[in-house]
Amino acid sequence: MANLALPAFPLDNRRFVGLLFLAPALIYILLLVGFPFLLAIAFGFSDVTVGNTDLSFVGLRNFEAVWENDIFRQVFETTIRFTLISQVFILLFANILAIIFTQEFTGKWFARFIFILPWATPVSLAMIGWLWMLDTKYSPIDYLLLQTGFLGPGGLLSKDRNLFWLASPDLAQISVIFVQVWRMTPLATVILMAGLSSIPTDILDQAEVDGSRFMRTLLQIKLPLILPIMVIALLFSMITMFGDMTVVYVLTRGGPVDYTRVLGLYSFQVGIEGGNLAQGAAISLFAFPLLLAMAIFMLRTASRAEVR
Amino acid sequence: MALLTWILTNFWTLLLFLLVLLIGLRIAWRLRKYGATREEFSYILRRSPFYFVVLIFCFFAVSPFLIMFLHTFKADGDLYRRPQPFIFRQEPTIEHLDALFNNTAYLDFIRNSIVVGVAVVLITLVLSLPAAYALARLTGRWGERAGILMFLVYLLPPTLLFIPMFRIVVLLGLKDSPMSLIVVYPTFTVPFSMWLLQGFFKAVPPELEEAALVDGYNRVEAFLRVVLPLSLPGIISTVVFTFTLTLHEFIYGLVFIADTRQRTLSVGVPTELILGDVYFWQPLLAAALIIAIPVGLAYNLFLDSLVQGFTMGAVKG
Repeated sequence: MANLALPAFPLDNRRFVGLLFLAPALIYILLLVGFPFLLAIAFGFSDVTVGNTDLSFVGLRNFEAVWENDIFRQVFETTIRFTLISQVFILLFANILAIIFTQEFTGKWFARFIFILPWATPVSLAMIGWLWMLDTKYSPIDYLLLQTGFLGPGGLLSKDRNLFWLASPDLAQISVIFVQVWRMTPLATVILMAGLSSIPTDILDQAEVDGSRFMRTLLQIKLPLILPIMVIALLFSMITMFGDMTVVYVLTRGGPVDYTRVLGLYSFQVGIEGGNLAQGAAISLFAFPLLLAMAIFMLRTASRAEVR
Repeated sequence: MALLTWILTNFWTLLLFLLVLLIGLRIAWRLRKYGATREEFSYILRRSPFYFVVLIFCFFAVSPFLIMFLHTFKADGDLYRRPQPFIFRQEPTIEHLDALFNNTAYLDFIRNSIVVGVAVVLITLVLSLPAAYALARLTGRWGERAGILMFLVYLLPPTLLFIPMFRIVVLLGLKDSPMSLIVVYPTFTVPFSMWLLQGFFKAVPPELEEAALVDGYNRVEAFLRVVLPLSLPGIISTVVFTFTLTLHEFIYGLVFIADTRQRTLSVGVPTELILGDVYFWQPLLAAALIIAIPVGLAYNLFLDSLVQGFTMGAVKG
């Protein structure tokens, strides 16, 4: 083997081998994430565009311009609102589903396959399905509502034959949140399943011996024990959603007007489509303090769980 | 083809029939096993709300995929004139599947995605296998810190990095080439698989490595000959999930590559099969479904192993 050429001693040394093993991955990541991140900050303080590539320092001008922009304010608010509202539903459904899928039942394998599909499908492809489901004219949902009398002349929801899911401000926002919940719930569920399956069985056996009922075991033993995992699941899906632009890119492109425009998409539209790299970078940098705060909170919760 | 037509035209009847049949068989099987006693009936009755909840969730999860399936075979006239999305009024057709494979760049997208995915998986394994082992066994406190640093990388999502990454890709001359994705994708697959693999390595009993060391292997050999073979199931599931991560990625693919034939699946399908305002709905929906099913099956197959990795890596951290 190749390592025979090396003196035997360092390869027996735990610390030396540890460093040797860790270094390539660490260097690769630091180079390819650290450098672009610094570059993003440099861009934020410069006037770089697609055409003009020399970085001249312009101070806080980009950040000021972005912050005073009304569209940006609205985009920022929308991003936070979408993230928070969808988390409520994701956590609720993920808890129910995690409890379901940590039990044995007939047809579990197939049910799990179906429930995991929204998460397994590449986001942009799944969104094509929803684009059709929510189509202005041909939406199958509208068709069902029309047949059951909720739509059309004399309908309860609208006199029209369609609801225009992605074209009316309220419904477009509701649709985007619904679709996010639809695709992110499985991820949170899987993390919660890991938490539930790590509860020592002797605790559960003891509870059963003590005559604890299903609901009581659930509320007083399982839920408190997986609370730290729940925080991790929550923050995982928050971070994922906060950094997502695919859903709105395919479904609405931010419309109608600006109602579903989120931070990532706005930064893409200004930076790449508009060619203003500096302002695009400044826009996306506004997400960083929030992400950092989430991370610190997450690590603290996780380490507190370890102490226990 | 005749069978397909028959299945499609009677789709909902068949679905309902199959469901009722399966539930009936299950109940019959229970009754035969435990006897048709009053307790048995009340047990089945108590248990049924649970299955009802499962069915509701399944319905929500699967509805777009059912629609995708039906629409793949719809003739244009059936799709656009007087919409009736759920049943076939015209003969089902496979002309759109044919068009998807022969008249579009779909096969190119598939090829690019596979090339990128396989290359990224290889790079990821080379970098993360030793690194994860180092975090799991070899390093103490500073290794833990390095692990946290790796985790922080997760906080810099593509939406934050794509602009400077784009500049770097242009400078390296990799614009419009799948090479750019092969270089950049490990930035998120390596932290992910390190974290997962670390969990699997921790599950290998340390006594086995110590025995190998006593037998005269050095640390590197102990890792290669003892730990790697024992963690093979975990490594396979890491490969599967790393590959699907590359399949999912959208933003880098969208920004780096503008040339149609070089695009990957997740970017190519929604951008290239839509020409301005013209949506080729049947090929679009078919293209999405064809990818969704195998990835879903792979996820389901390796889910237990993923949960185990999560548990070992995060919970017992």
